[in-house]
Amino acid sequence: MKKALVLGGFVLAAMAASPVLAADINVKLGVLNDRSGVYADLSGEGSVVAARMAVDDFKAVDKGIKVEIISADHQNKPDIASNIARQWYDTDGVDAILDVPTSSAALAVAEITAKAGRVFINSGAASTDLTGAQCQPTTIHWTYDTAALANGTGKAVTEAGGKKWFFLTADYAFGHALERDTTKVVVANGGEVVGSVNVPFPATDFSSFLLQAQGSGANVIGLANAGGDTVNAIKQAAEFGITQAGQQLAALLMFVTDVHALGTQTAQGLNLTEAFYWDQNDATRAWSARFEKLHGSKPTMVQAGVYSGTMHYLRAIEAVGSTDSKKVIASMKANGFDDPLFGKGYVRGDGRAIHDMYLFEVKKPSESTGEWDLYKQISVIKGEDAFLPMMPQCDFTK
Amino acid sequence: MFELLGIAPQVLMGQLLLGLINGSFYAVLSLGLAVIFGLLNIINFAHGAQYMMGAFVAWMLLNYLGIGYWPALILAPLVVGATGVLLEKLALSRLYKLDHLYGLLLTFGVAVILQGFFRNYYGISGLPYQIPAAMAGGQNLGFMFLPNYRAWIVVASVIVCLGTWFMIEKTRLGAYLRAATENPALVGAFGINVPRMITLTYGFGAALAGFAGVLAAPIYAVNPNMGADMIIVVFAVVVIGGMGSIIGAIITGYGLGLVEGLTRVFYPEGSAVVIFVIMAIVLLVKPEGLFGRAA
Repeated sequence: MKKALVLGGFVLAAMAASPVLAADINVKLGVLNDRSGVYADLSGEGSVVAARMAVDDFKAVDKGIKVEIISADHQNKPDIASNIARQWYDTDGVDAILDVPTSSAALAVAEITAKAGRVFINSGAASTDLTGAQCQPTTIHWTYDTAALANGTGKAVTEAGGKKWFFLTADYAFGHALERDTTKVVVANGGEVVGSVNVPFPATDFSSFLLQAQGSGANVIGLANAGGDTVNAIKQAAEFGITQAGQQLAALLMFVTDVHALGTQTAQGLNLTEAFYWDQNDATRAWSARFEKLHGSKPTMVQAGVYSGTMHYLRAIEAVGSTDSKKVIASMKANGFDDPLFGKGYVRGDGRAIHDMYLFEVKKPSESTGEWDLYKQISVIKGEDAFLPMMPQCDFTK
Repeated sequence: MFELLGIAPQVLMGQLLLGLINGSFYAVLSLGLAVIFGLLNIINFAHGAQYMMGAFVAWMLLNYLGIGYWPALILAPLVVGATGVLLEKLALSRLYKLDHLYGLLLTFGVAVILQGFFRNYYGISGLPYQIPAAMAGGQNLGFMFLPNYRAWIVVASVIVCLGTWFMIEKTRLGAYLRAATENPALVGAFGINVPRMITLTYGFGAALAGFAGVLAAPIYAVNPNMGADMIIVVFAVVVIGGMGSIIGAIITGYGLGLVEGLTRVFYPEGSAVVIFVIMAIVLLVKPEGLFGRAA
């Protein structure tokens, strides 16, 4: 009895001496993405690895923040994504959902998050509607969007003389959004769109569509698609001599994993826009080397975005001392960030993270020194120029 | 210059040719399915996975052993065929007495396992595989630019299809096979090893899928899902042609490639479903398929 009392006294004394422990915060993060389908390589398990790295690098444990990470496969289907998101919020006590590629699934999760009053930090999806027509006070859109892609690749190609465009568009929400946003940029820069064809998603053979594009008289073929579709379209454009005949390809959304899949022989010379590339500076190289050790491949911008977004979220939790979504989001929007992967930036009132985007060109095989040595940087697109201006009704800080 | 429904004849010719090229894949793949179904009564759902394996084996031969496209065109089907033989020996052969459904479920499971295996080790984005140097470039036909490699696909598939048809319908070996389908006990009584023949037939069907996979590797993304995307269409082709009909599978394969090609010109959004619409109509009007015998 006496011994127990003494022991109890020690414990009490120890607790009083350590203020951090007294303020223990439990955080539960859910990484929801494609773990088996077309977007599994660019998000998937790699995004979970990135989130875990963020928790480690933030030294959350030392700061009294206990983080648990769970993950699930939404199979790129909005209904499955909705069910998981609901279950995570209602029964599993998840505080924030991360990643969520596939625009239709992301829009569904954004709505559920707003109703549940939690936090949604999207990295994988492209649609500008996430912070536009369907904006929510609880959504943070981190990495890129269709407008940024259009302002990167679309603008660069048009300015370089590619004035007549023909689109091959993946026939679903994302493809149409990308075509719409790129068309605006093309027209604003003195170009015109001479035609487009809606390609069923997903597709294997693009030769018919490429031939239609060839016959259209356009000098640029805009690929408003992603993943395996883009890879197949580019592969077959090379085969059919489209580029040799003078037409240029503009791959509007391409990830480093897609270029890796194509190889520099086929992809050389393509322009593309990304928010992050592993070989930009010492910080990105060091982080990517650690990531590669854990995951087996170089990170995509989506995975890097999960890391960067999680970091910013944890910083906000530390600042406000709780996981209260209103306070945390207010703090995320009030304080800028400066991290090793995305550099300096801030989160706008509508939840759009503003940071620089980069225009890259795929290297020639002779310039590439390794399997993942794929890009050279052409230009930097300032965050303010890359993303759409905020819609007044979406400014949730007011 | 005459125009058909607003489409210039040059464009139409080009699209028909492309349809024929796609039809080549349908023909070779549905041929393998038809051979397996006709002789084994197994609905081989692993066919798409075997097609994918053909492409992957070609990639492995090149990247691990430095063996190029032309040897791979022979070696990869042999490897895929060998795994088919193994699968038949170890698993499928135990299911012949049971309902079709068991074979379908087993091969479906095998397909999912194979896809998962390749996805785990090689990811989903795919792997690069170049067109062989001898086949690079193409011919300007006036109405379109025809890559040499695509022309080769048509030639190779026609040779393989006709060869298979000839072997099964016109040779002594084919006669044994057909007889064994009708009455295995009687054929066995003549001293022919029927189980071994069946095993080799499955291996041959799998090898056909592997062959199509090697043909596809340089032009489509080599990724674990390439077969899953293809197999459903190919099943529709087989149903339209008539289950088990060799010549039906070949003709329908090329024919539906053409129909799909035309749909891509006139109504691109519908090109992914046109084959299934035709399947539904054929099932309503002639349930045994265009070339099938009434069961």
